[in-house]
Amino acid sequence: MALRLRGIRKRFGATVALDGVDLEFVPGEVHALIGENGAGKSTLLAIVAGEFPPDGGEMDVEGRPYRPSSPRDARAEGIALIHQELSLFPHLTVAENILMGREPARHGWVDPAAAKRRALEVLREFDRPEIRPEARVADLSLAARQVVEICRAIAAEARVVLMDEPTSSLQGDDVQRLFALIRRLRERGLTVVYISHFLEEVRQVADRFTVLRDGAHVATGPLAAVTDQELITHMVGRSIENLFPPRGAGLPGEPALVVAGLSNPPALHDVSFEVRKGEVLGIAGLMGSGRTALVRSLFGLFPPRGGAIRLSGRTLGTRATPRARLAQGLGYLSEDRKGEGLALSLPIADNITLTRMSTCARAGWLSLAAQGRQARAAMDRLRVKARTPFQPTKTLSGGNQQKVAVARLGHQDARVMLLDEPTRGVDVGSKVQIYEAIRAWAAEGRAVLMVSSYLPELFGMCDRIAVMRRGRLSPARPVGEWTPESVLEAAIGGPAPLLAPAEPAG
Amino acid sequence: MREPLRRWLDRLGPFLGLAVVIATFALLSDSPESYLGVRNLRIVLSQTVIVALGAIGMTMIVIAGGIDLSVGSAIALTSVITAVGLRDGWPPPAAILAGVAVGGLVGLVNALAITRLRVVPFIATLGMLGVARGAAKWVGGQQTVNPPATWVNDLAVTFPSPEWLIVAPGVWLTVALAVLVAVVLRGTVFGRRIFALGSNEAAARACGIATDRLKVWIYSLAGLFFGLAGVMQMSRLRQGDPTVAIGTELDVIAAVVIGGGSLSGGEGSILGAMVGALIMAFLRNGSQQMGWPNYIQEIMIGVIIVLAVALDRYRSRAA
Repeated sequence: MALRLRGIRKRFGATVALDGVDLEFVPGEVHALIGENGAGKSTLLAIVAGEFPPDGGEMDVEGRPYRPSSPRDARAEGIALIHQELSLFPHLTVAENILMGREPARHGWVDPAAAKRRALEVLREFDRPEIRPEARVADLSLAARQVVEICRAIAAEARVVLMDEPTSSLQGDDVQRLFALIRRLRERGLTVVYISHFLEEVRQVADRFTVLRDGAHVATGPLAAVTDQELITHMVGRSIENLFPPRGAGLPGEPALVVAGLSNPPALHDVSFEVRKGEVLGIAGLMGSGRTALVRSLFGLFPPRGGAIRLSGRTLGTRATPRARLAQGLGYLSEDRKGEGLALSLPIADNITLTRMSTCARAGWLSLAAQGRQARAAMDRLRVKARTPFQPTKTLSGGNQQKVAVARLGHQDARVMLLDEPTRGVDVGSKVQIYEAIRAWAAEGRAVLMVSSYLPELFGMCDRIAVMRRGRLSPARPVGEWTPESVLEAAIGGPAPLLAPAEPAG
Repeated sequence: MREPLRRWLDRLGPFLGLAVVIATFALLSDSPESYLGVRNLRIVLSQTVIVALGAIGMTMIVIAGGIDLSVGSAIALTSVITAVGLRDGWPPPAAILAGVAVGGLVGLVNALAITRLRVVPFIATLGMLGVARGAAKWVGGQQTVNPPATWVNDLAVTFPSPEWLIVAPGVWLTVALAVLVAVVLRGTVFGRRIFALGSNEAAARACGIATDRLKVWIYSLAGLFFGLAGVMQMSRLRQGDPTVAIGTELDVIAAVVIGGGSLSGGEGSILGAMVGALIMAFLRNGSQQMGWPNYIQEIMIGVIIVLAVALDRYRSRAA
């Protein structure tokens, strides 16, 4: 079955996720969808699977118009999506999970024997006898759950199977079994659309590729005709904007934060690095590579299992609450602004002063005048556009909200700033103001750790960059020794880095 | 092998609680024979019928990840409707059907508010708590409705005639319905989809299940059970009282939760909920027999609800 997309557009608020994508999938092909984080791959698959409608554009299946209003419609057309985050029923059995929505039944009564038989048929493709049809999914390992999720799409007898990073929680043998299965699906004339960051995986299974960048279609073609280098160039693009304030002349000072052997399996393995006063250290890596886990481990939100953390020469306990970390002078900017970064219904002033209200309170009583004054000062520094510091934060645009979140760290007067995606989902103007704030903090002698998916920003802002890959952190190297291509290679595990051996550990 | 064993122990939990309650009162009682006798069993069972019927409906809703706070008001409304029907000379089956049907209608309206207006179940049914109570007073003309004596009054009596029935017809009906719904939940496509809906609603949608339509069925069906509970309420009081059953929804929810239901959905059992209803009824009955004041019962039931759920959470964390 041929599935054709024409001019698919989608925006979320101010962010353009897809900007007119044309694509065609043909029967019997494995089509890899490639692109950096945020390029729009997952959004595209969700639209095809009927999870939400596009803002514009058309789709057709074998020439018939296809406008799914729910996943139910997609199923009816034989299109099944295997989610990046698992979507299983933990309380139900493996068989029930695999067959949900198409249970073998007689007059409304489930036929348990037939259900077990059907489930076993599909499970057999994976050769994992320990996954029994009658086991409860809540009792299974993460890898086993992913197998169940894939089995569900196969049981649905889909003709187009969309796989969004299906190997993210699979290991060696299971990955090979999945690839063997994908090849069998292709032989049966199915279409498999496959999202992955790992180029070596893509080369093993896919026939054709499409690269998306910033919501736009960049290139499509047979995989055999391109090199990894060419693919990476497509993904990164050429535009390096001139958004970044000039670096100060001062050299970084003494070590502020020294981390040795920090472990939190399976998210983190033996992570070591140091950040100096006045330095901006960038952490690159794919989503789910452990970047966020690292920052959260440092800030006490995800207590590490082992390792050592030293702050200005003093050893800190590795397990601590965020409250203790704040008192020790760490500041944290969450990647999830809506979920845990800001209290959106509260006034701007409350959000800015929340981590250090002592400056505008006496004996527990808040002075609104002092709070407003101090919030205003922090807002001015980042040029937050608002009528008053007391308006609800949710009345601001996304960019201004993010600046409020950043301004909080300034008010807190943190000595070490842990920034997770400081400019995610933010317009260019706000980005520049956030960059200026970060640069000013460094000039004041603060240490900044900055996690980002946006490579130009890491290159424009950081003094050194380290790359996270599957829970391990590469040695940090001066930014001049990296290229966008070598960072991406380190993140997705392409050829070994061409660069000099690691600098001495800090 | 260990997994099934643990799950069996989990299922036994509510029974152990019931055994502890009964044993405690039997030991405290001056005359254990009469406390454990058939006579007292009849009293307790006939007192349990209303909460037990409500708990059957509520179990379906809770498994599906929902909640219904309008049960007490729905019981009052349907008891008044039944009484008005009998007063106006309807044949008893028609009056009973009317009560049950209005219960289903209340559930349907709840479901439409939840699925069409996108109001969370807590709020939608909180609104219905007021609406149904008001409607009961309106239909009853702001007073109790006294119908002529019919066989409806014998549905949930403590001492049924003929004697060989042992317990009231309403008790037998409740047992039969409980078995029926338990089997439906376990063995039908409809039942398994209720579990799926409560376990992961987004995934249920992604599996092509019409989740909104399913909710309409669940709340409407549960409403029929609340309507039947209203008929039993009218039967026990022998009148339709628009101010009756205030707060009954909390007893019903407590029964479901003591029986292993999780308010976050995906878990719950009819058998457990029935045992939960019995635990509360035996507690009330026992403390009455001991001559303890009402407030002691209230405190004890409150403590038991929290302990039962805490124990459940502890077990699932340990697992």
